[in-house]
Amino acid sequence: MKTPPPSPPAAPLRPDLSAIADLVETGWRVLDLGCGDGALLEFLRDRKAVRGRGIELSEKGMLACVRRGLSVRQGNLQEGLADYPDQSFDAVILSQTLPFLDDPAMVLNEMLRVGRTAIVSFSNWGHWRCRLELLFTGRIPIAVDLPQQWHESPRRQLFSVTDFARFCRQIDIRIDRQVYMNHGIQIRTGRFKNLLSTTAVFTLRRSN
Amino acid sequence: MSIDSAGTVVTQFFTFAEEEPFGLESGESLGPVTLAYETYGTLNSDRSNGILVCHALSGSAHAAGWLDGDPDKPGWWEDCIGPGKAFDTDRFFVLCSNVIGSCYGSTGPASIDPKTGKPYGLNFPVVTVGDMVRAQVRLLNHLGIDRLLCVAGGSMGGMQVLEWAAHHPTRTRAAIPIATTAHHSPMLIAFSEVGRQAIYADPAWHQGAYYDQTQKPDAGLALARMIGHITYLSEESMQLKFGRRLQGIEKYGYEFETEFEVESYLKYNGLKFTRRFDANSYLYVTKAMDYFDLKQPTGSLAATFAGAADLKFLVISFTSDWLYPSYHSKQLVSALTAANVDVTYLDVKSSWGHDAFLLEVETMTHLLGSFLDRLVREEQIAVPAPLGRSQRGGSTPLQSTRLADNLA
Repeated sequence: MKTPPPSPPAAPLRPDLSAIADLVETGWRVLDLGCGDGALLEFLRDRKAVRGRGIELSEKGMLACVRRGLSVRQGNLQEGLADYPDQSFDAVILSQTLPFLDDPAMVLNEMLRVGRTAIVSFSNWGHWRCRLELLFTGRIPIAVDLPQQWHESPRRQLFSVTDFARFCRQIDIRIDRQVYMNHGIQIRTGRFKNLLSTTAVFTLRRSN
Repeated sequence: MSIDSAGTVVTQFFTFAEEEPFGLESGESLGPVTLAYETYGTLNSDRSNGILVCHALSGSAHAAGWLDGDPDKPGWWEDCIGPGKAFDTDRFFVLCSNVIGSCYGSTGPASIDPKTGKPYGLNFPVVTVGDMVRAQVRLLNHLGIDRLLCVAGGSMGGMQVLEWAAHHPTRTRAAIPIATTAHHSPMLIAFSEVGRQAIYADPAWHQGAYYDQTQKPDAGLALARMIGHITYLSEESMQLKFGRRLQGIEKYGYEFETEFEVESYLKYNGLKFTRRFDANSYLYVTKAMDYFDLKQPTGSLAATFAGAADLKFLVISFTSDWLYPSYHSKQLVSALTAANVDVTYLDVKSSWGHDAFLLEVETMTHLLGSFLDRLVREEQIAVPAPLGRSQRGGSTPLQSTRLADNLA
């Protein structure tokens, strides 16, 4: 008698998820907030022996996660986070969700309460194309890696890498590791992080 | 009946507490105790593929297959138990037993009291969900199953699942409570009590001593069931199912006959219920649910589940279930999360009210099937790989496996 084979090889991850996966170490306990269809958690489980949990709002995403054999709770991440004991994860992940949060400070603080580290990815509205778009067309720029019109998605806040870094300082969060991407490819930005990156991936820790 | 039925099944019986009576939570005791049970599928060599399904208020041990070979007697969870179904009997050994206090072969108020030689009636001791589950533990001991793969059930069946997880956590690897609660709410107690009052008010009830009478408290029991049926539906499902349609007439008769389809439905189901259920059992089983409160003794649900940290949970609720509203399941999920338990939770979008747990077959099959696949993989359970429908072919391949065969 045989147990069924593990899931088929995962499709390539979205580039920012792949960058997040690189920041996660083997065997970590990971909580993925807004885990969608569970692609990242499945990848981390299969490739990095991660013990993962997820929170996801949509039934479609939930069902996909269950099909992948993941442990996922349906719910709003702001409510869901409160249930976890302090420091129960090595990393809490929030990918491409920051602009949609009602209270980002609360969520980031909660992430660093339940997790030793937090890993976030977000689109950068400070990219030079966004700047030129506003200057020359008078239209509010569309983030390069989040290409929805303003009326196509829930209400969101537009911010840049510089805005986020300042915000972290204000709420005593330290940016531990930084990965910058341009159109899905990791780049070296030198001094021009905010100008050249379309997406940033940060590991965050509580400042001591 | 489809070819993917569990096939012909027979109800079996296990009797215990013949010498030493079975102690109950109330402090009373009961003995001997008989449990009616059915099994489907084959127990594997290390006895690790057992799944216990727990029935709701009016259910029986007959969860799947053709009772005594009769295709007109499908099990109460036929849609989910059988070859290739969510609880795949090609892979798992599925077990269901009738709760004590009920009237489908397990010891209850209609059973003969050995002290008097007559039916117990109200001399039957009040039992709790905890007692029901401890009786099931005795059955598992008898069957030689140390640890189940999972326990699953909806409504009162879900309460039994939670009781297993809270108080017998070493006996199962996983728990699937569906459309249920960890503590019976005042509204649920209120509905239970209205149903009981309907029975008490029936002159044929005779304080429970009606077994030798020609007339039984059918009117009271039927009314209790009609109330129950209202609570199992939702406003939306009543709209969909009945609307304001009339039954068998073209226009209003301006009289007190049954006119609307919904009236006819309730009346039919009330009457049908009296042919299959015992009024005293209705009192005892609803009372057992009313006492169910896993927040006790500490007042904290998380503390109750502290011993269940090694279990994996799949918690399911339904958006239109107002009898066991989703927030009950969410509170449970919060408590389990706080207790560091691995829990998967989904509030399934459905318009079918509490009944959804038996009706949302496609979603349930997906959820249960995937969760069980995960358990098999993570817990390294030796079971055959699932067969595709094509591999199973068009024949009727399965004979129900008698437990005796496995234990021989």
